[in-house]
Amino acid sequence: MACIEAHGLRKSFGKNLALDGIDLRVDDGRIVGLIGPNGAGKTTALNAMLGLTPFQGDLRVLGRNPWNERDLLMRDVCFIADVAVLPRWIRVCNAIDYVAGVHPRFDRSKAERFLSKTSIRPASKVRELSKGMVAQLHLALVMAIDARLLVLDEPTLGLDILYRKQFYDSLLNDYFDRNRTIVVTTHQVEEVQDVLTDIVFIDRGRIVLSASMEEVESRFAELMVSPSNLEPARALKPVQERQALGRTILLFDRVDRARLSALGDARTPSIADLFVAIVGNRPQGSVQ
Amino acid sequence: MNTTSNTMPDSPAGSHDVAATTATPTRPFFWSLQRELWENRSLYIAPLAVVALLLFGFVLSATVGIWQRPLHIDPTQTPEKLADPYGFAALFVMGVAFIVGIFYSIDCLYGERRDRSILFWKSLPVSDLITVLSKAAIPMVLLPLFSYLLTVAVQCFMLLYSTLVVAASGQSVAMLWSKVHLFRMSSDLLYHLITVHMLWYAPIYGWLLLVSAWARRAPFLWAFLPPLGIGVFERFTFHTTHVSALLHYRLGGPESAAPVKGHEAMGSAFSIDPGVFFSAPGLWVGLVFAALCLAAAVRLRRYREPI
Repeated sequence: MACIEAHGLRKSFGKNLALDGIDLRVDDGRIVGLIGPNGAGKTTALNAMLGLTPFQGDLRVLGRNPWNERDLLMRDVCFIADVAVLPRWIRVCNAIDYVAGVHPRFDRSKAERFLSKTSIRPASKVRELSKGMVAQLHLALVMAIDARLLVLDEPTLGLDILYRKQFYDSLLNDYFDRNRTIVVTTHQVEEVQDVLTDIVFIDRGRIVLSASMEEVESRFAELMVSPSNLEPARALKPVQERQALGRTILLFDRVDRARLSALGDARTPSIADLFVAIVGNRPQGSVQ
Repeated sequence: MNTTSNTMPDSPAGSHDVAATTATPTRPFFWSLQRELWENRSLYIAPLAVVALLLFGFVLSATVGIWQRPLHIDPTQTPEKLADPYGFAALFVMGVAFIVGIFYSIDCLYGERRDRSILFWKSLPVSDLITVLSKAAIPMVLLPLFSYLLTVAVQCFMLLYSTLVVAASGQSVAMLWSKVHLFRMSSDLLYHLITVHMLWYAPIYGWLLLVSAWARRAPFLWAFLPPLGIGVFERFTFHTTHVSALLHYRLGGPESAAPVKGHEAMGSAFSIDPGVFFSAPGLWVGLVFAALCLAAAVRLRRYREPI
């Protein structure tokens, strides 16, 4: 069964179309990166999936309509909407008590084990913690919930690189297994690159690319060419061309790797470069 | 491991009570109340502070101050005089609880949107209905009950202390106890709290919670200015006072419209005949209004995003 299935998902705020007919399928056990520029509709899409906002079109999460069946859905779905949404007045131990009290699938000992590896004291209030520690606390609470879908919206925004790395390490090593699905949005594409199994590029309310990492590897190639090989390479119709350190780098979609290798150094592009090539190349409309 | 069933067969800790409690909404409700008390400590600190002040004043006065004379018990003295401080204590505690409840109601659904913590609360399986009901229960149920218990405790202390003072000054303790009807006072108080603070004021709290769920900014102004504004508008335009009369009727309590059937003892000012009270259309209209406000607040909380 698909964890998330959307057909023609639309959402508008007044005249502004935030989601313009999204078709998406996320299978169980995937880690999907939802990547897009500011205002692309990432958060709106996540909010629709979490039943936080009404929508048009067809959307099923774990087989349920998230808006109509939100209360039931929230037993199987967890999310970190943003850093800094934990109430500042709450004590760490009270936060654990509360989640243990209301969530039937919360494993208290797991949260406490995770927290014991950090420098967070149970008696501290959230307002006394650093931003990184708040993110750790939130992650500890969420990871101790036996949920089937975890949604992370910019979970590491504003954290330093050590916390960011630790965050994704914990997520992969202590939490993820084949039965869970994770959907994550982030601007720090480089850091999630090795974590993801699938990527979805979204721009101005539409999905521009939806592919597994294997597909990305087989479809896209980046070629670094010397000036003499530039013209034959251009003949293969690159998606994008850019200059780096005096060399020209061309990005190809669905061009045979062997033909490219003959012209220069071919490799799989990074997600960040791919994103710039695909989303950055789209003609910018007058309306964001 | 992640099957759709709601029981957790392979969870090591507490799987039994988990399975037993998934179906009941009482657990999320209880924990929602608990978190309100964690967040809003003024709910109990303010009444306790007032009580501390009251007791200090009473001890001082019973020992040396202005009520020294009443403690010289005189058989011809009216019981009201002796019972005055007890009535004051009850009034003060109720008054503070009422004010605390007003401020709490205005802020509770607005504050969670302002500090964005609503996104955290909504990430847990607690429905909007349970959240709003738990927030409504604080001013409508918990605060009146708390002020009752607090007042009774204060009155007991006051009577015990008076007894000591009276006995020490060689007067008749029996006389004191025959004039102060502790049980009558506390049962009158409970009746007053249930009829007025829980039922009669319910639409006030309902309105405030609705504004709190709706306002994007300045919920305090939105709560008070529209009713006042409409009243002023009516007065200037139509030269009538229906709106302000309605507000006065609601705030003043059911007695402000219905004549009080006099108990002769202390606490009579609080009491309205049950038959009169429960047959007043104002009560039922108010309760329906409160229910509508809460239903609207539940709905708004579903749609509202952080501000």
